[in-house]
Amino acid sequence: MPPRVNQLGLSRNEYKGRPSTLCPGCGHDSISNQIISIAYEMGIEQHKFIKVSGIGCSSKTPAYFLGGSHGFNALHGRMPSVVTGALLANKDLSCVAVSGDGDSGSIGMGQFKHVIRRNVPFVYIIENNGVYGLTKGQFSATADEGQFLKYYGLNEMAPIDLALEAVISGASFVARSFSGDAKQVRALLQAAILHQGTAVLDIISPCVTFNNAETSTKSFPYGRDNEVPLHEIQILAPDYVHAQEEIEVGDYEAGDIIDVEMHDGSFIRLKKLDNDHDPRNRRMAIDVLEQSLREQIFSTGLIYYEEPRPTLADTEDLVSTPLARLDEGSLRPSKDAFDGVMRGLMAS
Amino acid sequence: MAINLQSQPKVRTREPVINDFAFSVATKNGSGSQTSNNVLVMSLFRMGIPVNGKNLFPSNIKGLPTWYTIRASKDGYTARKAITEIVVAYNDGTATEDVANLPPGGVCITTDKIARVIKQRDDISYYEIPVAALMKQTDVPSAFRKLVENMTYVGAVAKLFDIPLDLIYDVLLSNFKGKEKPAKMNHDVIKLAYDWTAENIEKTDPYRFESMDGTTGKIMMTGNDAGALGAVFGGVNVVAWYPITPSTSFVDGIISFRHLRQNENKENTIAIVQAEDELAAAGIVTGAGWAGSRALTSTSGPGISLMAEFAGLAYFAEIPAVFWNITRMGPSTGLPTRTSQGDLLFTHFLGHGDSRQLCLLPGNLKEAFEFGWKSFDLAEALQSPVFVISDLDLGMNNWLSDPFDYPDQPIDRGKVLNAAQLQSFIDEHGKWGRYMDVDGDGIPYRTVPGTDHPFSAYFARGTGHDVMATYSERSDDWVENMQRLSLKMDTAREMLPGPILDNSSGSDIGIVTFGTNEDAVREARDWLANDGIQTDYLRIRALPIASAVGDFIHSHKSIFVIENNFDGQLNQLLHIESPEDISHVRSLALGDGLPMTPSWIYENLKEQEG
Repeated sequence: MPPRVNQLGLSRNEYKGRPSTLCPGCGHDSISNQIISIAYEMGIEQHKFIKVSGIGCSSKTPAYFLGGSHGFNALHGRMPSVVTGALLANKDLSCVAVSGDGDSGSIGMGQFKHVIRRNVPFVYIIENNGVYGLTKGQFSATADEGQFLKYYGLNEMAPIDLALEAVISGASFVARSFSGDAKQVRALLQAAILHQGTAVLDIISPCVTFNNAETSTKSFPYGRDNEVPLHEIQILAPDYVHAQEEIEVGDYEAGDIIDVEMHDGSFIRLKKLDNDHDPRNRRMAIDVLEQSLREQIFSTGLIYYEEPRPTLADTEDLVSTPLARLDEGSLRPSKDAFDGVMRGLMAS
Repeated sequence: MAINLQSQPKVRTREPVINDFAFSVATKNGSGSQTSNNVLVMSLFRMGIPVNGKNLFPSNIKGLPTWYTIRASKDGYTARKAITEIVVAYNDGTATEDVANLPPGGVCITTDKIARVIKQRDDISYYEIPVAALMKQTDVPSAFRKLVENMTYVGAVAKLFDIPLDLIYDVLLSNFKGKEKPAKMNHDVIKLAYDWTAENIEKTDPYRFESMDGTTGKIMMTGNDAGALGAVFGGVNVVAWYPITPSTSFVDGIISFRHLRQNENKENTIAIVQAEDELAAAGIVTGAGWAGSRALTSTSGPGISLMAEFAGLAYFAEIPAVFWNITRMGPSTGLPTRTSQGDLLFTHFLGHGDSRQLCLLPGNLKEAFEFGWKSFDLAEALQSPVFVISDLDLGMNNWLSDPFDYPDQPIDRGKVLNAAQLQSFIDEHGKWGRYMDVDGDGIPYRTVPGTDHPFSAYFARGTGHDVMATYSERSDDWVENMQRLSLKMDTAREMLPGPILDNSSGSDIGIVTFGTNEDAVREARDWLANDGIQTDYLRIRALPIASAVGDFIHSHKSIFVIENNFDGQLNQLLHIESPEDISHVRSLALGDGLPMTPSWIYENLKEQEG
């Protein structure tokens, strides 16, 4: 039987990268797998995507997916600036970028917040495990207060909540998920790829080697037993008829469904579970994150969404052709223009 | 601080001295003196007198001492003079020292108030301007009064040394972009002081300006503006920066010329991002260069320190980008508003591990423009960061120059493959790998994101990699890559701008220098020649150095390496680069925060050679 193919005639295998070198069972690998799956399902053209990362276990992963996309494994905490430059150079590119909690929460906190401020349109995935893996198990800035790790003892610092930081910084798309919840990760990835602004996905992704004890809120057992999805998520294509006219969606009442219309006309359909979270409400987004932090509730889903403000390329008022593709005529003003400048500088 | 007093020339005769003397204007910064000084410089420029203005200013917004030196030179010498014959002493805080620095026969123009304290020398001329009384006669609104007060010395100078008032008005109009109201307000004050000087001051000095034909067809500009203009004509697409003296005006320059590159709908082909710090600025240009655009950042010492991380990455991942370092005094925060050539070694070796950066070293305004555009061609041709090392003196001061030359070569994007070219490459070589050196020059072929070909993608990284850009920890891959990078450096040596060479004297003495020392060296060589000491000359314009530099060193018995840093960094570099004994190469390094003077070179070289 021939392999299944997507609308481009490509099999899922063709969206893979090189074999992973991470620890067997690493949460990051399951996220890479969801990226591969959603890229395959969406039928993305890989040459129109770039994948960029910082440094750390998580930042190795772009080598393991989308082998047909240009990739850049940059510097620790500096992925956002590289993405900014690349997407200014070619605004027609889409970007999936991977960072970690050390990469974004410590060394790269400044770049994390400033790329959001500039509203560079890309998918900013934080594979968050609360621990430094490559250097063998130090606490990261997102580690739980009071947590005990074998080599480094007690963590007496309060954690930084990167989803909260993203909302506060003005991100127009902020989600939290769990690498063990493949379906939700996929749905959020799809929405984030469609989003026309910085989309931050803070995905709790357990480190099976250094931080996977049941007592850790970043562990598989904890996530499996304690994840509280805020809603069920479904992405509906642009040609979808609006929810109000089509209420036969399972057991849900009209009021229990939120359809978030996206820039390209797609909808994020959120089916209510046992809470009233509306991601279009910034106050609610901050409240749900603060409550989660305070009461250690592992709330996942689309935390915050707003109609994106102009992207950096819009703000820069750039020509329609990507800057990297301009020809000499657009790159060098004429001899006449040059002579005019020289004349203006002359004494007489 | 004062301008260092060095050798005192003998008392000059009272013969008229025309178009060959220098001013020092001492004021407080933030007092509007920049406009006054600019008006004087531009007026002399329009009179056809070769002139150079240098701002010696404090790192402060308002209230601290600032000096501006203006040198008129009928012979076209534009280096800073150690001694200025005339001082405008308008800052009570420094006036005593300013007057003490005057040579016998010098001139002090000051306010009546300051004069009471400083009138102690009988070998100079004092001209006192009753500034407060004059200002009372004007109808300048009180909000502007302090800012135009300095125009009183412009009026006095105009009268005393013969600058036509109508010409000053034209300059004011240009300065205020054609707005008559501020031009007239300033001009009224100038005229008041001019008339008062005419009636009340008896001129006892020999100095005077006279219109001449020394600037026809020439331009005046700052080096930062010239470099920025060069970048605009070099096709810059992405500019990322963080404000830092003395490089800020470089990006201001790009902003002011950005319109030259807009399309008919006023849309931009240059994106300009003020980043959160220099590190991010370096990251942005690295990302932009990787993605196929022409990217530039401009900074100075502390910013270069932050950029070290990306410089190493871009060097190793072989990503083109242009970095301007408008050098100021280090180490550390150093002297933010003083010039220096102290970043030469740091910039050249920027990045940890075995990295070596390509550097261009403009010595004058024309080269600032030329390297402004050429740096992009070199960065893309060599797939490497290119650092243009200018300095505060060139960057922020107004320089006289012949007009620039329109770029004489088409834009060179280097070895970048589009989809069709990539296919041809694969057909010819069996495969394409990002770091394959098929031409034997150390320069591989690259693709940029967005290239629609199934094999165009590669993974850029700062980690060890093989020719296919795949992660590798193998020693042989590492060594092979480093050997290729070394070969690429050797290719670069002869592609970069070669040295300026004057071998015509036949002397055994050779002077080697770089950057903005050019004018001071030129003048010092003339002085030495007058004393019978001939010298040959070589000015290095790029690193790594070209083979011609070694030839020059070995063909002279005595080499002096003149540079404006404390440690003699170019001298050190020449010793690093020379396998043979070059003990005949000696360092003449200054590094005092000021532009180099001919007298310092003349005296030190004479002493060492004698």
